[in-house]
Amino acid sequence: MIAALATPLLRFAGVRIEAAGRARAGSAPLLDDLSFDVAPGEFVAVVGESGSGKTLAARSILNLLPDGVRRVAGRIELEGRDLTQLSGPDMRKIRGAQIGMVFQEPMVSLNPAMTIGRQLAEGLQLHRQLSRGEIRRHSLAMLERVRMNDPVRCLSAFPHEFSGGMRQRIMLAAVLLLKPKLLIADEPTTALDTLSQREVLELMVELAHDEGAAVLLITHDLGLVARYTERAIVLEKGRLMESGTTRQILTDPRNPYTQRLVASLRGGITAGTAVPASEPIVVQVRNACIEYPGRPGLWRAGTPTQVVHGVDLDVRSGEIVAIVGASGSGKTTLGRAILDLKPLAAGSIRFDGIELARMTPAQRKQFRRSAQLVFQDPYSSLNPRLRVRDIVAATLRHADIDAAERAARVDAVLDEVGLASFGDRFPHQMSGGQRQRVAIARAVVCRPRLVVADEPVSALDMTIQQQVLALFRELQGQYGFACLFITHDLALVRQIAARVVVMSGGVVVEEGPVPSVFNDPRHKYTRELLAATPALEAAALVS
Amino acid sequence: MMDRLGHVGLNALVGIPLVGALLATIGIGLFWMPYDPIAIDLTHPLGSPGLRHWFGTDEFGRDVLSRSMLGARISVLVALATVAVAITVGTALGLLAGYLRGWTDRLLMMITDAVLAFPGILLALALIAVLGSSDGSIVLALSTAYTPSVVRVVRATVLSIREREFIEASRTAGDSPLETIARHILPNVLPPVVVLATSLFGWAMLSESALSFLGVKVPPPAPTWGNMLSESRPYMDVASWLSIVPGLCIAGTLLGVNLLGDALRDWLDPWRET
Repeated sequence: MIAALATPLLRFAGVRIEAAGRARAGSAPLLDDLSFDVAPGEFVAVVGESGSGKTLAARSILNLLPDGVRRVAGRIELEGRDLTQLSGPDMRKIRGAQIGMVFQEPMVSLNPAMTIGRQLAEGLQLHRQLSRGEIRRHSLAMLERVRMNDPVRCLSAFPHEFSGGMRQRIMLAAVLLLKPKLLIADEPTTALDTLSQREVLELMVELAHDEGAAVLLITHDLGLVARYTERAIVLEKGRLMESGTTRQILTDPRNPYTQRLVASLRGGITAGTAVPASEPIVVQVRNACIEYPGRPGLWRAGTPTQVVHGVDLDVRSGEIVAIVGASGSGKTTLGRAILDLKPLAAGSIRFDGIELARMTPAQRKQFRRSAQLVFQDPYSSLNPRLRVRDIVAATLRHADIDAAERAARVDAVLDEVGLASFGDRFPHQMSGGQRQRVAIARAVVCRPRLVVADEPVSALDMTIQQQVLALFRELQGQYGFACLFITHDLALVRQIAARVVVMSGGVVVEEGPVPSVFNDPRHKYTRELLAATPALEAAALVS
Repeated sequence: MMDRLGHVGLNALVGIPLVGALLATIGIGLFWMPYDPIAIDLTHPLGSPGLRHWFGTDEFGRDVLSRSMLGARISVLVALATVAVAITVGTALGLLAGYLRGWTDRLLMMITDAVLAFPGILLALALIAVLGSSDGSIVLALSTAYTPSVVRVVRATVLSIREREFIEASRTAGDSPLETIARHILPNVLPPVVVLATSLFGWAMLSESALSFLGVKVPPPAPTWGNMLSESRPYMDVASWLSIVPGLCIAGTLLGVNLLGDALRDWLDPWRET
């Protein structure tokens, strides 16, 4: 690249960030001696998992470090000017005008009490002298460029009227309206589903190219790195592991950590094996329709909205079936209905041949033990006031076994998930990956016939994802439970499932064995989903 | 377990001795008091504190120390009973409203909001006017006035807890709704309730004093701290100890109970263990 010759747009030179306060001797800095350059117009990725310091690096550019954390050494230069020496007012002139930032969570980064128009105008009023008419004209033009449907209406609308993807596009509009030279995007699409993610990122690339802005993409997702950036910087625990062109890092990683990251992209786990048709059917869903109640008025019930329309599905004993779809496709709702957590409006669901709605109390008791759920969010799925041992034991409370056997079973399963010494901990004392292991232990401790796993690894870092997924596969092989694996991530599907069901808008649009659906997708929506999954492309590149 | 009790915070350090002293006073008062707290001795009215009467005597020559000791029993009993009723009823209704939602919730909220619309003391006065003035009716009146705020706090907490996924996990484990509430919701609701209970205890004690001041009181001659305060008013300039002693009793008790409540909340908090 030309970066080496010309003055870089952004230069990190020996930046070191530490937790302030009592600096304990020997405690590692949060970011250690980080140096790199970004050339004008260049797309650079900062890759790392949680705790790698990637977000701190991004925030230190704008001097927006959280309380209790400070930069103790190094220079951060923008076009040769040291940002760390700037006074507050000078820094404020840089923020927004020269360097724009897009945050991870579109639900909270827009002010819910202000119209979109006012939020767009805010930056222009601060940094440019423009009349109200000009501001409006600029705003409308920019909303059109981020492909909002009705820009005029959009100006007077509030954030809650838009979906996550649309909000992120609005955010992008607000940031690019000021024509910054550098755009920092901190996990801009982590909260979005595959299709919205693609939409937002393509738009970001296109607009940044048009404006000649450089992009610093902070992400944990190597798939995005492969697809959208030219160069990448890999961080682990605050240290620079490797930097180079994206292609080199993906195809020829030199650092052991980078190699592990790239390996996790390839996926070390083999796909699930198809089960013979002779295996009994555990779950049989026929023409399932599921509704959400509408908002009731004072005297009348609300009009219900149907979210699942006539779905058929069979899951055989020991089979792993993946359900994929975007948010709002009804996949989670269907999973809940199969566990009898949501009533059907029409149709039927049978478990081992018995219809859920017609179970006797004894059958229901048996069913509750045989069908378990693993949730997406390991933070909300564990009761914060119970110790790990009690959380896992809760599933066994209704089993007909004595206390000693129950304790033995809990210890055994904790050992199996690699948490043998964690029984007395509270959830908040564990990492996300460990919590998810607890959630899995809770589900398998009663030897279920069926486990519904709802995005079980989506909240985890890539290498942790691989570990948890491997554990899940191992336990599945050992106990032979049938599994409904609900996810939006096609890359995961290929690693775990034998059969895949694609849902969109509450109906099944395609279903079949994983290889045939992936290699020869019939439905337009499946093709779109496959095309929008950068990890698949990157995996093809690295293997 | 050791470190759960090991770090005694400042809250507990001050709160426990204060509440301990209160309980000791009540305990001793059950068996022994320097004088008969309602025995009138017209030869020594408004006697100042001294060796014979440590805290002096009131306008009828009754021993203030003895009266305070008996008053502690009655005041604390009234406040405790009030809080117990308000917390029990309020928590139960709050759990119902928050967990069941729908019509139960709407109906309960309408009633609570209606009760909340009246100033507590006014509501208590009105109820006592109907029920007649006795310790039982004071408890009933005050707890009626306080229950709605408990319902509100509990319901709000339940609403945030019931959407968490571990509630669904409890259902898939086969727990009945009652088991889910008892094992997973109630423990998460308790910390704010404990804090609320201790502050309600303070309010109950103050309201009992205020009601006494307004003339609605535990029937004389039985003393409560509130009674003693209200009766001391005409003699404030000549016999200040008559107001200072029950005043200090009330202040010390409130401080102790509130600090103990904060300490309890900290002990219940699993995040203490890091």
